[in-house]
Amino acid sequence: MTTTTTTARRTWVEQVMGLPVSVTVRGPHAWADRTDGVVRAFYADLRQVDRTFSTYRADSEVSLLRRGALSRRLVSPDLGHVLDLCAQAKELTGGHFDAALPQPDGTRLLDPSGLVKGWAVERAAAALRALPDADWLVVAGGDVLGEATAGPAWRVAVEDPRDRSRTLCVLPLRRGAVATSGTAARGRHLLDPATGRPVADHLLSATVVGPSLTWADVLATAAFVEGPASLARVAGTSGYEALLVDPDGGCTGTAGLQQHLPVA
Amino acid sequence: MRKILLAFMTTLAAVVSLFGYRTSTPHPVSVATSTVAAAGSGGTTTTDGGTTAATPAAPSTGAASSTVTGDVVQTRWGPVQVRITVASGKVTAASAVQVPSGNGRDAEINGYAVPVLDQETVSAQSASIDAVSGATVTSDGYVTSLQSALDAAGL
Repeated sequence: MTTTTTTARRTWVEQVMGLPVSVTVRGPHAWADRTDGVVRAFYADLRQVDRTFSTYRADSEVSLLRRGALSRRLVSPDLGHVLDLCAQAKELTGGHFDAALPQPDGTRLLDPSGLVKGWAVERAAAALRALPDADWLVVAGGDVLGEATAGPAWRVAVEDPRDRSRTLCVLPLRRGAVATSGTAARGRHLLDPATGRPVADHLLSATVVGPSLTWADVLATAAFVEGPASLARVAGTSGYEALLVDPDGGCTGTAGLQQHLPVA
Repeated sequence: MRKILLAFMTTLAAVVSLFGYRTSTPHPVSVATSTVAAAGSGGTTTTDGGTTAATPAAPSTGAASSTVTGDVVQTRWGPVQVRITVASGKVTAASAVQVPSGNGRDAEINGYAVPVLDQETVSAQSASIDAVSGATVTSDGYVTSLQSALDAAGL
Protein backbone atom coordinates (compact mmCIF):
# COMPACT_ATOMS: atom_id res chain seq x y z
CA MET A 1 0.00 0.00 0.00
CA THR A 2 1.39 3.31 -1.00
CA THR A 3 1.59 5.99 1.65
CA THR A 4 2.14 8.96 -0.63
CA THR A 5 -0.64 11.46 -0.24
CA THR A 6 -1.87 13.24 -3.31
CA THR A 7 -3.64 16.56 -3.29
CA ALA A 8 -7.28 16.22 -4.24
CA ARG A 9 -7.99 17.18 -7.79
CA ARG A 10 -11.06 17.06 -9.96
CA THR A 11 -11.51 17.54 -13.67
CA TRP A 12 -14.55 18.54 -15.68
CA VAL A 13 -14.91 18.37 -19.45
CA GLU A 14 -17.56 19.98 -21.60
CA GLN A 15 -17.99 20.65 -25.27
CA VAL A 16 -18.55 24.38 -25.63
CA MET A 17 -17.83 26.91 -28.40
CA GLY A 18 -17.20 23.91 -30.64
CA LEU A 19 -14.27 22.82 -28.48
CA PRO A 20 -13.62 20.35 -25.72
CA VAL A 21 -12.96 22.56 -22.69
CA SER A 22 -11.63 21.00 -19.52
CA VAL A 23 -11.19 22.48 -16.06
CA THR A 24 -8.98 20.93 -13.40
CA VAL A 25 -9.10 22.15 -9.81
CA ARG A 26 -6.47 21.02 -7.34
CA GLY A 27 -6.71 21.66 -3.62
CA PRO A 28 -8.56 20.66 -0.47
CA HIS A 29 -11.91 21.91 -1.80
CA ALA A 30 -11.63 20.33 -5.26
CA TRP A 31 -14.59 18.07 -4.54
CA ALA A 32 -16.70 20.61 -2.69
CA ASP A 33 -20.16 21.41 -4.02
CA ARG A 34 -19.28 25.06 -4.10
CA THR A 35 -16.32 24.35 -6.39
CA ASP A 36 -18.58 22.37 -8.70
CA GLY A 37 -20.95 25.32 -8.79
CA VAL A 38 -18.16 27.72 -9.69
CA VAL A 39 -17.01 25.46 -12.54
CA ARG A 40 -20.60 25.11 -13.79
CA ALA A 41 -20.81 28.90 -13.81
CA PHE A 42 -17.56 29.03 -15.79
CA TYR A 43 -19.11 26.83 -18.49
CA ALA A 44 -22.36 28.80 -18.41
CA ASP A 45 -20.35 31.96 -19.09
CA LEU A 46 -18.70 30.33 -22.11
CA ARG A 47 -22.05 29.18 -23.47
CA GLN A 48 -23.35 32.73 -23.14
CA VAL A 49 -20.35 33.99 -25.12
CA ASP A 50 -21.02 31.35 -27.76
CA ARG A 51 -24.58 32.62 -28.18
CA THR A 52 -23.27 36.12 -28.82
CA PHE A 53 -20.23 35.36 -30.95
CA SER A 54 -20.84 32.10 -32.78
CA THR A 55 -20.51 32.40 -36.53
CA TYR A 56 -22.45 29.15 -36.80
CA ARG A 57 -25.59 30.56 -35.20
CA ALA A 58 -27.69 32.67 -37.54
CA ASP A 59 -29.15 34.56 -34.57
CA SER A 60 -25.85 35.45 -32.87
CA GLU A 61 -24.92 39.10 -32.64
CA VAL A 62 -21.88 38.51 -34.81
CA SER A 63 -24.05 36.91 -37.49
CA LEU A 64 -26.46 39.83 -37.35
CA LEU A 65 -23.59 42.29 -37.64
CA ARG A 66 -22.19 40.34 -40.60
CA ARG A 67 -25.49 40.47 -42.42
CA GLY A 68 -25.86 44.15 -41.80
CA ALA A 69 -28.91 43.47 -39.64
CA LEU A 70 -27.19 45.19 -36.72
CA SER A 71 -25.40 48.52 -36.70
CA ARG A 72 -21.86 48.66 -35.36
CA ARG A 73 -22.97 51.47 -33.08
CA LEU A 74 -25.65 49.31 -31.49
CA VAL A 75 -23.64 46.23 -30.58
CA SER A 76 -23.58 44.94 -27.01
CA PRO A 77 -20.77 46.07 -24.69
CA ASP A 78 -19.17 42.61 -24.98
CA LEU A 79 -19.10 42.62 -28.76
CA GLY A 80 -17.94 46.23 -28.80
CA HIS A 81 -15.11 45.32 -26.45
CA VAL A 82 -14.10 42.34 -28.57
CA LEU A 83 -14.08 44.44 -31.73
CA ASP A 84 -11.82 46.95 -29.97
CA LEU A 85 -9.52 44.11 -28.89
CA CYS A 86 -9.46 42.84 -32.49
CA ALA A 87 -8.32 46.25 -33.68
CA GLN A 88 -5.54 46.21 -31.04
CA ALA A 89 -4.61 42.68 -32.10
CA LYS A 90 -4.26 43.73 -35.72
CA GLU A 91 -1.94 46.54 -34.68
CA LEU A 92 0.09 44.37 -32.29
CA THR A 93 0.69 41.73 -34.95
CA GLY A 94 1.40 43.95 -37.90
CA GLY A 95 -1.81 42.84 -39.60
CA HIS A 96 -1.07 39.13 -39.38
CA PHE A 97 -4.06 38.81 -37.09
CA ASP A 98 -7.19 40.41 -38.51
CA ALA A 99 -10.83 39.81 -37.56
CA ALA A 100 -11.72 40.79 -41.13
CA LEU A 101 -10.79 37.39 -42.49
CA PRO A 102 -9.85 37.13 -46.15
CA GLN A 103 -12.06 34.73 -48.07
CA PRO A 104 -11.05 32.57 -51.04
CA ASP A 105 -13.08 34.87 -53.31
CA GLY A 106 -11.08 37.89 -52.20
CA THR A 107 -13.74 39.44 -49.98
CA ARG A 108 -13.40 39.94 -46.24
CA LEU A 109 -15.70 38.53 -43.61
CA LEU A 110 -15.93 39.57 -39.97
CA ASP A 111 -14.83 36.66 -37.80
CA PRO A 112 -13.55 37.54 -34.35
CA SER A 113 -13.50 33.83 -33.36
CA GLY A 114 -9.70 33.75 -33.30
CA LEU A 115 -9.71 36.21 -30.43
CA VAL A 116 -13.00 35.32 -28.78
CA LYS A 117 -11.95 31.89 -27.56
CA GLY A 118 -9.01 33.12 -25.51
CA TRP A 119 -10.82 36.21 -24.33
CA ALA A 120 -13.89 34.24 -23.25
CA VAL A 121 -11.90 31.62 -21.36
CA GLU A 122 -9.87 34.29 -19.64
CA ARG A 123 -12.96 36.23 -18.61
CA ALA A 124 -14.84 33.16 -17.42
CA ALA A 125 -11.77 32.02 -15.47
CA ALA A 126 -12.14 35.00 -13.15
CA ALA A 127 -14.54 32.81 -11.18
CA LEU A 128 -11.88 30.10 -10.87
CA ARG A 129 -9.33 32.66 -9.68
CA ALA A 130 -11.62 33.47 -6.78
CA LEU A 131 -11.65 29.87 -5.51
CA PRO A 132 -9.94 29.76 -2.11
CA ASP A 133 -6.89 27.50 -1.64
CA ALA A 134 -7.21 26.13 -5.15
CA ASP A 135 -4.96 25.72 -8.16
CA TRP A 136 -6.81 25.53 -11.47
CA LEU A 137 -6.10 24.73 -15.07
CA VAL A 138 -8.25 25.23 -18.15
CA VAL A 139 -7.57 23.57 -21.50
CA ALA A 140 -9.70 24.87 -24.36
CA GLY A 141 -9.06 23.10 -27.61
CA GLY A 142 -5.32 23.01 -27.15
CA ASP A 143 -4.95 26.39 -25.46
CA VAL A 144 -4.09 26.41 -21.77
CA LEU A 145 -4.69 28.90 -18.96
CA GLY A 146 -3.91 28.20 -15.34
CA GLU A 147 -2.72 29.23 -11.94
CA ALA A 148 -0.76 27.20 -9.41
CA THR A 149 -0.01 29.12 -6.25
CA ALA A 150 -0.46 26.44 -3.60
CA GLY A 151 0.93 23.32 -5.24
CA PRO A 152 3.63 22.63 -7.82
CA ALA A 153 3.57 24.44 -11.16
CA TRP A 154 1.29 22.88 -13.77
CA ARG A 155 3.26 20.96 -16.36
CA VAL A 156 2.10 21.89 -19.83
CA ALA A 157 3.45 19.82 -22.69
CA VAL A 158 3.74 21.26 -26.19
CA GLU A 159 2.45 18.87 -28.80
CA ASP A 160 4.73 17.66 -31.58
CA PRO A 161 2.93 18.81 -34.75
CA ARG A 162 4.52 15.98 -36.74
CA ASP A 163 3.21 13.32 -34.41
CA ARG A 164 0.38 14.48 -32.23
CA SER A 165 0.71 11.55 -29.86
CA ARG A 166 4.12 12.92 -28.84
CA THR A 167 5.21 16.08 -27.10
CA LEU A 168 8.15 18.37 -27.80
CA CYS A 169 8.81 19.78 -24.37
CA VAL A 170 7.16 20.52 -21.06
CA LEU A 171 6.70 24.04 -19.77
CA PRO A 172 6.11 24.74 -16.08
CA LEU A 173 3.13 27.05 -15.64
CA ARG A 174 2.67 28.99 -12.42
CA ARG A 175 0.29 31.62 -13.71
CA GLY A 176 -0.56 32.38 -17.29
CA ALA A 177 -1.31 30.90 -20.65
CA VAL A 178 0.11 28.64 -23.34
CA ALA A 179 -1.47 28.87 -26.80
CA THR A 180 -0.58 26.96 -29.93
CA SER A 181 -1.55 27.61 -33.52
CA GLY A 182 -0.97 25.15 -36.31
CA THR A 183 -2.61 23.20 -39.06
CA ALA A 184 -2.24 19.74 -37.55
CA ALA A 185 -5.84 19.57 -36.38
CA ARG A 186 -7.69 21.76 -38.80
CA GLY A 187 -6.02 21.19 -42.14
CA ARG A 188 -4.63 23.95 -44.28
CA HIS A 189 -7.28 26.57 -44.54
CA LEU A 190 -5.68 29.68 -43.12
CA LEU A 191 -5.29 32.72 -45.31
CA ASP A 192 -2.78 35.43 -44.45
CA PRO A 193 -4.80 38.58 -43.70
CA ALA A 194 -1.87 40.64 -44.94
CA THR A 195 -1.96 39.10 -48.43
CA GLY A 196 -5.23 37.17 -48.68
CA ARG A 197 -3.19 34.17 -49.82
CA PRO A 198 -2.75 30.79 -48.13
CA VAL A 199 -0.22 30.81 -45.34
CA ALA A 200 3.21 29.68 -46.52
CA ASP A 201 4.62 26.32 -45.47
CA HIS A 202 7.23 27.87 -43.23
CA LEU A 203 5.99 26.58 -39.86
CA LEU A 204 4.21 23.52 -38.54
CA SER A 205 3.14 25.25 -35.35
CA ALA A 206 3.67 28.31 -33.21
CA THR A 207 3.31 28.29 -29.43
CA VAL A 208 3.20 31.42 -27.32
CA VAL A 209 3.47 31.63 -23.53
CA GLY A 210 2.49 34.69 -21.55
CA PRO A 211 0.33 36.18 -18.83
CA SER A 212 -2.85 36.59 -20.89
CA LEU A 213 -4.54 33.86 -22.90
CA THR A 214 -6.20 36.45 -25.12
CA TRP A 215 -2.85 37.81 -26.26
CA ALA A 216 -0.95 34.53 -26.20
CA ASP A 217 -3.62 33.13 -28.53
CA VAL A 218 -3.54 36.16 -30.83
CA LEU A 219 0.26 36.15 -30.95
CA ALA A 220 0.37 32.42 -31.68
CA THR A 221 -2.15 32.75 -34.49
CA ALA A 222 -0.26 35.65 -35.99
CA ALA A 223 3.12 33.95 -35.54
CA PHE A 224 1.92 30.90 -37.42
CA VAL A 225 0.71 33.11 -40.25
CA GLU A 226 3.78 35.36 -40.32
CA GLY A 227 6.41 32.64 -39.99
CA PRO A 228 9.91 32.76 -38.50
CA ALA A 229 10.01 36.56 -38.58
CA SER A 230 7.39 36.57 -35.82
CA LEU A 231 9.96 35.48 -33.26
CA ALA A 232 11.33 39.00 -32.96
CA ARG A 233 7.80 40.39 -32.69
CA VAL A 234 6.92 38.13 -29.78
CA ALA A 235 10.29 38.70 -28.14
CA GLY A 236 9.53 42.40 -28.29
CA THR A 237 6.19 41.94 -26.54
CA SER A 238 6.87 42.20 -22.84
CA GLY A 239 6.09 39.03 -20.89
CA TYR A 240 5.59 36.78 -23.91
CA GLU A 241 7.75 33.97 -25.28
CA ALA A 242 7.42 31.92 -28.46
CA LEU A 243 8.35 28.47 -29.69
CA LEU A 244 8.24 27.87 -33.45
CA VAL A 245 8.41 24.47 -35.13
CA ASP A 246 9.66 24.42 -38.71
CA PRO A 247 8.69 21.83 -41.35
CA ASP A 248 11.67 19.64 -40.43
CA GLY A 249 10.57 19.59 -36.81
CA GLY A 250 13.29 21.99 -35.73
CA CYS A 251 12.45 24.23 -32.79
CA THR A 252 13.42 27.83 -32.31
CA GLY A 253 12.37 29.87 -29.36
CA THR A 254 12.72 33.25 -27.75
CA ALA A 255 15.35 33.56 -25.05
CA GLY A 256 13.00 32.83 -22.17
CA LEU A 257 12.00 29.47 -23.65
CA GLN A 258 15.42 28.22 -24.71
CA GLN A 259 15.99 26.24 -21.53
CA HIS A 260 12.84 24.21 -22.16
CA LEU A 261 13.46 23.36 -25.80
CA PRO A 262 14.24 19.78 -26.77
CA VAL A 263 17.89 19.05 -27.33
CA ALA A 264 18.47 18.62 -31.06
CA MET B 1 -10.23 12.59 -43.98
CA ARG B 2 -7.20 11.50 -42.08
CA LYS B 3 -6.81 14.94 -40.60
CA ILE B 4 -10.33 14.83 -39.25
CA LEU B 5 -9.63 11.46 -37.77
CA LEU B 6 -6.40 12.63 -36.22
CA ALA B 7 -8.17 15.66 -34.86
CA PHE B 8 -10.78 13.85 -32.88
CA MET B 9 -8.55 11.02 -31.85
CA THR B 10 -5.99 13.42 -30.51
CA THR B 11 -8.68 15.37 -28.75
CA LEU B 12 -9.44 12.43 -26.59
CA ALA B 13 -5.80 11.60 -26.16
CA ALA B 14 -5.12 15.16 -25.10
CA VAL B 15 -8.10 15.33 -22.81
CA VAL B 16 -7.31 11.98 -21.30
CA SER B 17 -3.76 13.04 -20.65
CA LEU B 18 -5.12 15.70 -18.35
CA PHE B 19 -6.06 13.05 -15.90
CA GLY B 20 -2.83 11.19 -16.14
CA TYR B 21 -1.21 12.47 -13.02
CA ARG B 22 -0.09 9.71 -10.78
CA THR B 23 2.27 10.94 -8.17
CA SER B 24 1.81 7.95 -5.92
CA THR B 25 3.23 5.46 -8.40
CA PRO B 26 6.98 5.02 -8.18
CA HIS B 27 7.29 2.93 -11.34
CA PRO B 28 6.00 3.20 -14.91
CA VAL B 29 2.31 2.42 -15.18
CA SER B 30 1.21 -0.30 -17.49
CA VAL B 31 -1.89 0.09 -19.58
CA ALA B 32 -2.95 -3.40 -18.70
CA THR B 33 -5.74 -3.30 -16.16
CA SER B 34 -4.49 -6.40 -14.44
CA THR B 35 -1.07 -4.89 -13.89
CA VAL B 36 -2.55 -1.74 -12.45
CA ALA B 37 -4.69 -3.79 -10.12
CA ALA B 38 -1.72 -5.87 -9.07
CA ALA B 39 0.13 -2.72 -8.09
CA GLY B 40 -2.57 -1.91 -5.61
CA SER B 41 -4.11 -3.94 -2.86
CA GLY B 42 -7.44 -4.86 -4.36
CA GLY B 43 -8.92 -6.53 -7.35
CA THR B 44 -10.45 -5.15 -10.46
CA THR B 45 -14.07 -4.25 -10.60
CA THR B 46 -15.85 -3.60 -13.82
CA THR B 47 -18.79 -1.32 -14.09
CA ASP B 48 -20.57 -0.99 -17.38
CA GLY B 49 -23.39 1.27 -18.40
CA GLY B 50 -22.03 4.73 -17.79
CA THR B 51 -23.45 7.21 -15.36
CA THR B 52 -26.62 5.40 -14.46
CA ALA B 53 -25.07 2.10 -13.48
CA ALA B 54 -21.92 3.17 -11.74
CA THR B 55 -21.57 4.28 -8.18
CA PRO B 56 -19.34 7.33 -7.94
CA ALA B 57 -16.14 6.48 -6.13
CA ALA B 58 -14.52 8.73 -3.58
CA PRO B 59 -11.72 10.72 -5.20
CA SER B 60 -8.86 9.19 -3.31
CA THR B 61 -9.88 5.78 -2.14
CA GLY B 62 -7.49 2.84 -2.08
CA ALA B 63 -5.30 1.60 -4.88
CA ALA B 64 -7.74 -0.88 -6.41
CA SER B 65 -8.51 -0.16 -10.01
CA SER B 66 -11.84 -0.17 -11.70
CA THR B 67 -13.02 0.08 -15.26
CA VAL B 68 -15.78 2.46 -16.20
CA THR B 69 -17.44 2.65 -19.57
CA GLY B 70 -18.93 5.89 -20.80
CA ASP B 71 -22.24 6.34 -22.51
CA VAL B 72 -22.61 5.55 -26.19
CA VAL B 73 -22.61 8.89 -27.94
CA GLN B 74 -23.87 9.35 -31.47
CA THR B 75 -21.56 11.38 -33.66
CA ARG B 76 -21.70 12.28 -37.29
CA TRP B 77 -19.22 9.46 -37.84
CA GLY B 78 -21.24 6.92 -35.89
CA PRO B 79 -21.53 5.72 -32.29
CA VAL B 80 -18.58 6.29 -29.98
CA GLN B 81 -17.96 4.81 -26.57
CA VAL B 82 -14.98 5.30 -24.30
CA ARG B 83 -13.75 3.13 -21.45
CA ILE B 84 -11.35 4.29 -18.76
CA THR B 85 -9.47 2.45 -16.05
CA VAL B 86 -9.15 4.25 -12.76
CA ALA B 87 -6.77 3.55 -9.91
CA SER B 88 -6.17 5.73 -6.86
CA GLY B 89 -8.46 8.35 -8.28
CA LYS B 90 -6.46 8.64 -11.51
CA VAL B 91 -7.14 7.50 -15.02
CA THR B 92 -4.57 4.84 -15.83
CA ALA B 93 -5.87 3.77 -19.23
CA ALA B 94 -8.41 4.89 -21.78
CA SER B 95 -9.65 3.24 -24.88
CA ALA B 96 -12.42 3.53 -27.40
CA VAL B 97 -14.54 0.41 -27.04
CA GLN B 98 -16.98 1.40 -29.74
CA VAL B 99 -15.97 3.34 -32.78
CA PRO B 100 -17.79 4.41 -35.92
CA SER B 101 -18.30 1.54 -38.31
CA GLY B 102 -20.00 0.91 -41.60
CA ASN B 103 -18.16 3.68 -43.32
CA GLY B 104 -15.01 1.81 -44.18
CA ARG B 105 -13.01 3.66 -41.61
CA ASP B 106 -13.41 1.43 -38.60
CA ALA B 107 -10.31 -0.62 -39.32
CA GLU B 108 -8.22 2.52 -39.53
CA ILE B 109 -9.70 3.90 -36.34
CA ASN B 110 -9.24 0.69 -34.44
CA GLY B 111 -5.75 0.23 -35.74
CA TYR B 112 -4.65 3.72 -34.94
CA ALA B 113 -6.73 5.30 -32.23
CA VAL B 114 -6.75 2.80 -29.44
CA PRO B 115 -2.97 2.33 -29.26
CA VAL B 116 -2.56 6.09 -29.39
CA LEU B 117 -5.03 6.59 -26.56
CA ASP B 118 -3.29 4.09 -24.37
CA GLN B 119 0.15 5.33 -25.24
CA GLU B 120 -0.77 8.96 -24.72
CA THR B 121 -2.37 8.28 -21.37
CA VAL B 122 0.56 6.33 -20.07
CA SER B 123 3.29 8.54 -21.46
CA ALA B 124 1.57 11.56 -20.00
CA GLN B 125 1.52 9.90 -16.62
CA SER B 126 5.13 8.94 -16.67
CA ALA B 127 6.06 12.53 -17.39
CA SER B 128 3.46 13.94 -14.99
CA ILE B 129 1.98 16.17 -17.63
CA ASP B 130 -1.10 18.15 -16.67
CA ALA B 131 -2.08 19.49 -20.07
CA VAL B 132 -1.06 19.46 -23.70
CA SER B 133 -1.02 22.61 -25.81
CA GLY B 134 -1.53 21.93 -29.48
CA ALA B 135 -3.32 23.04 -32.59
CA THR B 136 -7.02 23.59 -32.08
CA VAL B 137 -9.03 20.44 -31.82
CA THR B 138 -12.74 19.95 -32.04
CA SER B 139 -14.64 16.90 -30.99
CA ASP B 140 -18.03 15.85 -29.87
CA GLY B 141 -18.73 12.21 -29.18
CA TYR B 142 -15.43 11.28 -27.67
CA VAL B 143 -15.38 13.99 -25.11
CA THR B 144 -19.02 13.38 -24.20
CA SER B 145 -18.51 9.69 -23.69
CA LEU B 146 -15.29 10.35 -21.84
CA GLN B 147 -17.04 12.75 -19.50
CA SER B 148 -19.77 10.26 -18.73
CA ALA B 149 -17.10 7.71 -17.89
CA LEU B 150 -15.34 10.24 -15.66
CA ASP B 151 -18.61 11.12 -13.97
CA ALA B 152 -19.34 7.48 -13.38
CA ALA B 153 -15.88 7.02 -11.89
CA GLY B 154 -16.43 9.97 -9.62
CA LEU B 155 -13.51 11.87 -11.11
